[in-house]
Amino acid sequence: MAKKNTVLYLMLIPGILLTFIFNYLPMGGLIIAFQKFKPWLGFTGSPWVGWDNFRLMFEREDSLQVIGNTFAIAGLKMLSNLVVPIVFALLLNEVRQMFFKRAIQTLVYLPHFLSWVILGGILLDMLSSQGLINGMLLPVFGIDRPIQFLGDGNWFRAVVVASDTWKEFGFSTIVFLATLAGINPAWYEAAEVDGASRWKQTLHITLPSMIPIITVVGTLSLGNILNAGFDQIFNLYNPLVYDKGDIIDTFVYRIGVLSGQFGLGTAVGLFKSFVGLVMIVTAYRLAYKLANYRIF
Amino acid sequence: MYMYHKTKSYRVFYVFNLTFLLVTSLVCLLPIIHVLSVSLSSASAAGANMVSLWPVGFTLESYKQTLGNSAYISAFGISAIRVVLSVSLGMLVTVLTAYPLSKIDSGGLKGGKFFAWYFVFTMLFSGGLIPAYILIQRLGLMNSIWALVLPGLVVSWNIILMLNFFRTIPRELEEASLMDGGGHLTTLFRIYVPVSLPAIATISLFIAVGQWNAWFDGLIYISEQHKWPMSTMLQALIALPLQSNLGTITGEDAANFSERTIKSAKIFIGALPILAVYPFLQRFFINGIVVGAVKE
Repeated sequence: MAKKNTVLYLMLIPGILLTFIFNYLPMGGLIIAFQKFKPWLGFTGSPWVGWDNFRLMFEREDSLQVIGNTFAIAGLKMLSNLVVPIVFALLLNEVRQMFFKRAIQTLVYLPHFLSWVILGGILLDMLSSQGLINGMLLPVFGIDRPIQFLGDGNWFRAVVVASDTWKEFGFSTIVFLATLAGINPAWYEAAEVDGASRWKQTLHITLPSMIPIITVVGTLSLGNILNAGFDQIFNLYNPLVYDKGDIIDTFVYRIGVLSGQFGLGTAVGLFKSFVGLVMIVTAYRLAYKLANYRIF
Repeated sequence: MYMYHKTKSYRVFYVFNLTFLLVTSLVCLLPIIHVLSVSLSSASAAGANMVSLWPVGFTLESYKQTLGNSAYISAFGISAIRVVLSVSLGMLVTVLTAYPLSKIDSGGLKGGKFFAWYFVFTMLFSGGLIPAYILIQRLGLMNSIWALVLPGLVVSWNIILMLNFFRTIPRELEEASLMDGGGHLTTLFRIYVPVSLPAIATISLFIAVGQWNAWFDGLIYISEQHKWPMSTMLQALIALPLQSNLGTITGEDAANFSERTIKSAKIFIGALPILAVYPFLQRFFINGIVVGAVKE
């Protein structure tokens, strides 16, 4: 029997090795956040600078702004990506013709699978001053100048949050629809006997039944408080909207990979990973406490 | 049939609701329809922004040019190879890792909790962009397709989905197989894998879509442009020129006339594989994600 169990450990080896190389080695590489890293000097040869990179991060106006932008954009997305799918799931749950229900589901899940390269390309085209959206809006609202959706910081944020919600809301309804389908029909029948309207049933049966899953999804999304969506921003932004639209990930790419300031870039990245870790652990604890959710 | 279905107010709500949902779901399709229409329009009509949701001056010229573009075709091929490698190797590692980990609760794997956390921790914390970039450089993987494949082979979330599915398999099946003298490897590949085909299809879809859409790793790890996968090529092609123009593309710019339809054709062909597999696998991913996400 003992010999048989050895096989179980052998099976783990490929996964453990790959994870070690591609996940844990880079974590070790985080030490360059405390160095003035020069690629030709390497990890051991580069001079140590203590917390200087972090001090620099909190002194530079652009990095502070980037952190603020990240919180703002990610926060708005979290809120929007929680509320819209819940409302949509409730409305979709009322549809009784299976054909329509299926068709709607098929269409709204689709954008989730398309990349931000594809969608970014389409959005840039549609939102340009000569694009489809301005072309439709101008005559309707009688505006004389096209709206600079991607050239004005505030519009840019609105576009980022709205397009992210548009891409993800359908897919996010799946988990809520599953919960709705699991509500005991006997409760509705009982409410029916008591003469409750559908609105009353929604308020007193449906919503309370959804509270656990809403709690879980809501708290777990806290782990993403610094994930403002690199792919999306990178494919939509431009220097004109850096003040409102630049986020940690795009900033790290520009100062780290493009300008070669590895130390500062890694420090900002480490700050992000660390805050992310704290938030995720807190979120899982909260989800466990509030709704008894466990990942395993 | 519930009573409230017959009330007048609910019927009015129902009609509005269904209309709203149908319109919303069509909005999810709108960008794809737009890009398809532009790609099928004549270059002059598209350049003059006359195309919205229906081709103007229908022609297949842009598709002829795109499919005759050998650089584009080769990028398509690289993406295909990348997907095949990632799905096959990634699934192999996923089932090999998930099988032993699914035995933790039954006491079949001593120290299993440690291994589980070893994988889960990578979901909580990461070295971030710059250490990963330096790692790929040091490993000498720059400009190799393995830089795109290897780092993504172990996805802890997929392992969790897989092991949750393995746990639903009756123990008797495993015991019978072990009785017959089959080892764990035999049990895994003769019993577990065939029984888990829906889950495997689900996870394969997620891997395939993710790999097809991935573009950023190509951008930073591969400097020789003829080795770029499709998404990286599209990203460079679409986002950069449009961004530099900030959407203020002038109608007079003759170069843009034919560019726009060809770009649209490239975007549409790039999205086509996803649009093609999407309907067939839809039911799988719904089952899969619900099994993994809301476990009783």
